[in-house]
Amino acid sequence: MKRSDVITAIAGCDGLIVCNLGFPSRELYASKDSAKNFYMMGSMGLASSTGLGVAFSQDKRVYVIDGDGSVLMNLGSLVTVAHHAPDNFCLVIIDNRVYASTGNQPTYTSKKADLELIARGAGNENVRRVKSISEMHNALEQFSDRCLIVIAETEPGNENVSIIPHDPLHIKNRFMKEIEKTGTK
Amino acid sequence: MVDKTVVDIIESGGVDIILSVPCIILSGIITEIEKRAFKYISVCREEEGVGIAAGAALAGKKPMLLMQNSGLGNSINALMSLTRIYKLPLFILMSYRGGQGEKIAAQKPMGEKSPLLLNALDMDCFNVKNQDDLQGLGPFIKDAFESSRINAAFLSPELWDEEI
Repeated sequence: MKRSDVITAIAGCDGLIVCNLGFPSRELYASKDSAKNFYMMGSMGLASSTGLGVAFSQDKRVYVIDGDGSVLMNLGSLVTVAHHAPDNFCLVIIDNRVYASTGNQPTYTSKKADLELIARGAGNENVRRVKSISEMHNALEQFSDRCLIVIAETEPGNENVSIIPHDPLHIKNRFMKEIEKTGTK
Repeated sequence: MVDKTVVDIIESGGVDIILSVPCIILSGIITEIEKRAFKYISVCREEEGVGIAAGAALAGKKPMLLMQNSGLGNSINALMSLTRIYKLPLFILMSYRGGQGEKIAAQKPMGEKSPLLLNALDMDCFNVKNQDDLQGLGPFIKDAFESSRINAAFLSPELWDEEI
C-alpha cells in the first residue's frame, strides 16, 4: 500500500481533513483539492492537535492525516486524544517508517517503536493497524461514530506532485466557510 | 479575589476554549476556570495547546493558551508557522516567572528574555503587575479576536501581593 492510496481513500470520505505538512498535503492536493482540506504548512507534529481542536468545536467528522515521524514529535497528543476522545475524531497515522519528505531517513518505528501499542498505552480504546485499503475502510466503517486511531502501514516514497499553490489565508478562509455551513458547537 | 477578577475578564473578553499547562501561580485561576462554562483542556506540552487552539479558531472559537512564560519557548515555532501564517486569533496568558525576587535559578533566563522574545516575534505584550493594570486586559483580549492576531499578557506574582 502506498501513502497516496491511503490519502486518496481519506479524501473520498465525508468529513473535514487536517493534513500533515510536506508531501502528504501535496499528495492530498493532487488527489482531490477541496475546501474541506486544511493543509498544514509548518509546525510539524501538530496536525493531530489542530484536528482535535476542530473536532472539539464543531460536529462534522474530522480526519487527520498524520505520519509516524510527526506523531513521534508530539506523542503527548495521543494522551490528550485518549482522554477527551471526541466521537467525531479520526487520526490516520501513515506509518512508512521513514521521514519521507526529508529524504527517507528511518524513524524509530522502523526499529522498536510500535505506534499501535503507544496509542493504546496512551489510553485510546479504538486503535486499528491496517495493511490494505480494504482493511482501512473496514476500520473507518466500524468506528464511524467513535474516536478512532488508524495506523496505516505503507511503503516509503513520495509521489511526483507539485507544491500547493494556495496562499495560507485562502486555505484557512475556505476551510472556515466550509465549517460555517454546518455550524459550530 | 484576584483569581476571580482575572477569570471574569477572560470570560467577558469572549474566550470560550482554554488550553492549559499548569503553574503554581495560576492554580487559583485554573480552579476558578473549572467552575465556569469554558471548554478547558489540559495539554501535555504548550506547543500542543497552540495546535488545538488553531483548530478551535478554524471553527470560529476564541482560544486562550494559559501557561508559564517558560512555555513560550516551547511554543514559538508553532505560534509562527501555524497561528501566524494562517492569521488565527489567540490570546496567551502567562504567569511570569524569573523576575525580581525569583528563587529558582532555572527560571531566570526565560524571565529575562520572554518580553524580548515577544518583541522579536512582533507580538504585543501586556504586563499586569498590579490590580490597576487589570483594567486594560479586557480590551487587549478582545483585540486578539477582533484583529485575528496573537496577543500575549504576563501576570506578575506581585499581582497577588495585595490579596492579604
